[in-house]
Amino acid sequence: MPTVIKQTGFYLLVAFIVLFSVFPFYYAILTSLKSGTALFQVDYLPTHFDFGNYADLFATGVFPKNILNSVIVATVVVVISLFLAVTAAYALSRITFRGRTLLLLTILGVSMFPQIAVLAGLFEMIRAAGLYNTLFSLMFAYMIFTLPFTVWVLTTFMRDLPVEIEEAAIVDGAAPLTIVLKVFLPLMWPALVTTGLLAFIAAWNEFLFALTFVSNNETRTVPVAIALLSGASEQEIPWGTIMAASVIVTVPLIVLVLIFQRKIISGLTAGGVKG
Amino acid sequence: MAHLKLTNIKKSYGSVKVLHDINLDIRSGEFVVFVGPSGCGKSTLLRVIAGLEDITGGTFQIDGQVVNALTPKARGVAMVFQSYALYPHMTVYDNMAFGLRLDKGSSSSEVDRRVREAAAILQIEPYLDRLPKALSGGQRQRVAIGRAITRDPKVFLFDEPLSNLDAALRVATRIEIARLHERMADTTMIYVTHDQVEAMTLADRIVVLNSGHVEQVGSPMELYNDPDNLFVARFIGSPSMNILPARIEAAGAETAVVPEGGRRIVVPVPTPSGSSSSAAHLGVRPESLELVDEGQGLFTGRVTLVESLGEVTLVYIDIGRGDEPLVAKLPGEVRLARDSTVSLSVDVSALRLFDGSGRALRGDRAREPELMRNAG
Ligand SMILES: Nc1ncnc2c1ncn2[C@@H]1O[C@H](COP(=O)(O)OP(=O)(O)O)[C@@H](O)[C@H]1O
Ligand SMILES: [Mg+2]
Repeated sequence: MPTVIKQTGFYLLVAFIVLFSVFPFYYAILTSLKSGTALFQVDYLPTHFDFGNYADLFATGVFPKNILNSVIVATVVVVISLFLAVTAAYALSRITFRGRTLLLLTILGVSMFPQIAVLAGLFEMIRAAGLYNTLFSLMFAYMIFTLPFTVWVLTTFMRDLPVEIEEAAIVDGAAPLTIVLKVFLPLMWPALVTTGLLAFIAAWNEFLFALTFVSNNETRTVPVAIALLSGASEQEIPWGTIMAASVIVTVPLIVLVLIFQRKIISGLTAGGVKG
Repeated sequence: MAHLKLTNIKKSYGSVKVLHDINLDIRSGEFVVFVGPSGCGKSTLLRVIAGLEDITGGTFQIDGQVVNALTPKARGVAMVFQSYALYPHMTVYDNMAFGLRLDKGSSSSEVDRRVREAAAILQIEPYLDRLPKALSGGQRQRVAIGRAITRDPKVFLFDEPLSNLDAALRVATRIEIARLHERMADTTMIYVTHDQVEAMTLADRIVVLNSGHVEQVGSPMELYNDPDNLFVARFIGSPSMNILPARIEAAGAETAVVPEGGRRIVVPVPTPSGSSSSAAHLGVRPESLELVDEGQGLFTGRVTLVESLGEVTLVYIDIGRGDEPLVAKLPGEVRLARDSTVSLSVDVSALRLFDGSGRALRGDRAREPELMRNAG
């Protein structure tokens, strides 16, 4: 008897957690499929299947461009962050030099500033560099929060790779770059996928910098574009279209996570188990 | 062909000195074993030779060329690591081909030929397509050795290669390494171990290291028969040599000594005339002791422990030296009751004498055994 109660309790709890985390997204999907006055009815089961909101979104012309911008920015940020982080992690984990710990702590410290604190300074830098209102401004700005954790995670991961493997490669005559590319990278896939995905999500969802550094509709990324979607009149908030846009924007992330799911799990546990 | 010459090699990590003025001359094709207790600097010395550690001071030459600043590859060394250090994501074949493929010069058919040749020598051909994780410890060790062979090194380095294997496999692999040495007669091999059986069986010459110093260099039998000092005397041989504090009673062409816990005995070792009544140490190998009638021998004492190993029996005898029993290694099975009193005598030519500071007193014994026998 008690085991039945325990089991039931367990699954109730699981059901609650799933419901709690999935409901907002579910409700967004429901809303995105409604139109007109149906938007203001509260339904918990799908009653309408109207793809008009989606069609509207793509009819406006700018939204597809916004998605493309987001893809470009997030991808470039991930690629550059991972490249810099892998090379930095090699130095930080394997080469002893003066001030190494200080450097690592600084890197970590940088990531602790709230975005708003660096906004003004960053804005000046971007203006000075002539990047204002370009996608480069966002790529540059996003490195500020993607690099600390990619460097930090990859450094920890690389530190746990056996030194003897690297030494075997040195004895085999491999140069440092060969070691990183041919020996370390293949061993680090799980960590790369995990940190890369987190960096992608962070860049994909970022709002404040994207709002501040870009003022042109054509150059905007998706989160800002969604927030600035406007309805037929000033007073009307186009909930249906907003929800449709949100769903479109979330789907790629879910797909990515599902594709890399197994790698992510091994990446999250990799640090703890010796290779 | 590689003749290695180490001159005053020093190695420090910051202010910690790990190697002090190491001088070694290793002939081409020689099999040299570094032994010593854990932490004495064996691995460090091997890594200095490999080029994995910077040399703090001194010069290291290979065939007359100073190689202090050269990379491991430029030195022509290959190394087998204690943990195998195979590349986990590469197949056995790729592991062995990795170094060769980095050479722009070697064609893929040449790489293939050398990998297959090494695989044949080590009988790992059936596993060439496997990943290291699908191999047993012994197989991994062969792959690690194979990876080193394919590069056809001038100097072959091993750092405790057998310490992760079980006892039976260790013996088998040891024999295989000895065969490999015969096969690669031109390749100089240096082998680090803390296991003296490995050292004794594999080495042409053994280098005994102790806290970063070389204690003695010599053939296995030289170290066993004629240790330079107490450290080597204790380190080589199992169970280790009994070392008894002793007093020199009469110096001269032969020396009369009184060891602690034993009777006066005349040892056929000359000592300088001034050394009478000075402190010394008498070294007695457990295997040189034999049981005699009670009251007859050099030592008499009470049996505290008997260990029967089958082919020999180890007997621990309290001769009044507190916690330090005299150990005797007697052939065959010897039945002795605990607490019984036994007497032991010794072949005097097997006794070794060391001065107060632990250095061997040996006169000309090492060089002219004939002369000594006549004098004795
Ligand atoms: N990277 C290092 N930094 C500081 N000390 C070290 C380092 N590597 C080794 N040592 C010290 O050098 C000594 C010799 O080490 P090692 O050569 O590994 O000994 P072993 O004879 O057991 O192989 C040890 O006392 C060890 O603590
Ligand atoms: Mg060692």
